[in-house]
Amino acid sequence: MKHETIEVNAGWLIALTLVVISIGGLVEIVPLFFIDETVEQVKTADGKDAVRPYTPLEQRGRDIYVREGCYLCHSQMIRPFRDEMLRYGHYSLAAESQYDHPFQWGSKRTGPDLARVGGKYSNEWHVQHLVAPRSVVPQSIMPDYPWLLNTPLDYSDIGDRMRALKAVGVPYSESDQEYEANVQRFGQQVADRLDINRAEQILIAQAQAGDYDGDRSQLTEMDALVAYLQVLGTMVDFSEYDDGHFAEFR
Amino acid sequence: MAQAVASTEQYNYDIVRKFSLAALVWGLVGMSAGLYAALELAFPALNFGIAEITFGRLRPVHTTLVIFGFGGSALFATSYYVVQRTCQARLWGEGMANFTFWGWQATLLLGAISYMAGYSQSREYAEFPWPIDLLITAVWVAYLTIYVQTLRRRSQPHIYVANWFYLSFILATALLHVFNNLAVPVSLFSWESYSAFSGVQDAMTQWWYGHNAVGFFLTAAFLGMMYYFVPKQAGRPVYSYRLSIIHFWALVFLYMWAGAHHLHWTALPDWTSTLAATFSIMLLLPSWGGMINGIMTLSGAWEKLRTDPIMLFLITALSFYGMSTFEGPLMSLKSVNALSHYTDWTIGHVHSGALGWVALISFGSMYHLIPRLYDTKIYSTKLIYAHFWLATIGIVLYITSMWVAGIGQGLLLRGFDDYGNLAYSFIETVDFLHQPYVWRALGGAFFLSGVVVMIYNVARTIAKGKREAAELEAKLAAKLAGV
Repeated sequence: MKHETIEVNAGWLIALTLVVISIGGLVEIVPLFFIDETVEQVKTADGKDAVRPYTPLEQRGRDIYVREGCYLCHSQMIRPFRDEMLRYGHYSLAAESQYDHPFQWGSKRTGPDLARVGGKYSNEWHVQHLVAPRSVVPQSIMPDYPWLLNTPLDYSDIGDRMRALKAVGVPYSESDQEYEANVQRFGQQVADRLDINRAEQILIAQAQAGDYDGDRSQLTEMDALVAYLQVLGTMVDFSEYDDGHFAEFR
Repeated sequence: MAQAVASTEQYNYDIVRKFSLAALVWGLVGMSAGLYAALELAFPALNFGIAEITFGRLRPVHTTLVIFGFGGSALFATSYYVVQRTCQARLWGEGMANFTFWGWQATLLLGAISYMAGYSQSREYAEFPWPIDLLITAVWVAYLTIYVQTLRRRSQPHIYVANWFYLSFILATALLHVFNNLAVPVSLFSWESYSAFSGVQDAMTQWWYGHNAVGFFLTAAFLGMMYYFVPKQAGRPVYSYRLSIIHFWALVFLYMWAGAHHLHWTALPDWTSTLAATFSIMLLLPSWGGMINGIMTLSGAWEKLRTDPIMLFLITALSFYGMSTFEGPLMSLKSVNALSHYTDWTIGHVHSGALGWVALISFGSMYHLIPRLYDTKIYSTKLIYAHFWLATIGIVLYITSMWVAGIGQGLLLRGFDDYGNLAYSFIETVDFLHQPYVWRALGGAFFLSGVVVMIYNVARTIAKGKREAAELEAKLAAKLAGV
């Protein structure tokens, strides 16, 4: 076919362009949904899934993380380099972000990577640092987030949120069968916290038990955000695996 | 006055005028937002504890308004102009064209406000909340319809090369926009939503989109612009027809494979990463094909660079295009990326392309276009020179400060002492970044002041055009009255 044939016919130009521009995406995206090794199977010692969906409180915290654009300065993806493993911990597995809708791997480190920040700092440190970063780290360029501490958390739509996440594949449960399936998959302690029917109670109970913002008088956005930060990177117990076990998945 | 003339004009210039002015306005607003964001990084007190202007909410305001506001409006303006003139046919769909204008302006305004209010899909260059994504889809269907229907009205059989590039940009953007924004809203009345995909599949989809937003929205489309305005301004034909065919098909094919170079060394499987790196290297060739075809169009007329400041804008833009499309493949190599990823080198690279290529080719094209839209000559050639130097100084300050910042931070973070411990804490690298951030803000300020100079020059030009048209009308009326 001479190129002239394409140039004098808008239909051919459109059709061929559409074919040509579709190939790259098809080759690189589609297989990721079908190749099993893409998302590692990570189990706990008693055979349950190690990585679980976020609890209602943690998910609300994640929504706030997205709202404030935290991902623009903080990544959540540790690379398999010696300096990163010393600074942040084991490199990130695909499994660890499998319930992140959307992913928060980030593309810039104006601040440090947060993939394994869970459990590294106390709740009080996080509250102080979020309200006034420079009071804790003088050379920080992070903005102040004082409103998180005095804004009550709106969880009136928590059911809607969890149902929307369920619609995109997160295994929150609504029916009894779904709950039982979660008990099998995650264990009862986890399954109890993934139940949409009890979402509000679970959220309030976790906030009260954790007292994440150090203020028991109200359930604030700070409670949710700190709850989310404190769970990051804590779900997989790497001590149970040999060094380099996960390398074969790459 | 302009309204009455428009309907009797051979071409619909009203829509081109609207979008050209919109491009300048959004350029000013979007780049001001960028400058403020840059200043916040250098002087964090400027966040003032006000949620709506904190860096995290302001950055998407900047990226959206410069890419889709400035860049998008410039593309609408020039593509509507070029398709009409190269087809020698009036634009199809008067009302639909106006819908694309007002729909696009609404998209931009609503988008910026929603980010500041805290609504964002947290996907770079696709942060629009889901209702606005639907509006964009409607505008885009209209845009494609208008473009194709106008092409079908053409007066001679061949579709000019600029239109292949504009068309590929319209088609690719449709594909990318639809698949990357698949999401489920929290509820019908909520502006929030959750993406259809998660984790690694979501990352791949986002960067397939993100890189091709650059590849098609910011590259192929502006190559379309280049293919019209460079030969027109030079008064010479495009250098090589054969080269344009080869590099067009190679470019639109290869670009779509490169996206995963944003995900090197992450939890994305190695095979995808390797494919992306390989295709990113190959992509250098059709990119330079475009640069060569544009610059060599000046062959036999190089002295125009000394006498015509618009030519200076266009050829410098192509030079920066060549530079960026060398730097990009370089940064796509896994070994280089191990250092550059997550650093300001990426930001520097983005801006060498966005300011050096996209903005300069747009400025040059608009300096050619706008006087013709108002049937006059540019108010001041000296001010075009002033703009050129302000812009170039701004770009150089921006790029070099970001090279220092990015490579510097990358090296500091991987520094070890003699005992195998990390040599620098993270905050020490942030401290290091302060000075480069100040210089970068200065570079941005230079660039923005160039845009202000352009807006002044264009405003005086339009006033001159309107005054001249009024004087002509008066003379005509007097003659007809038999005076």
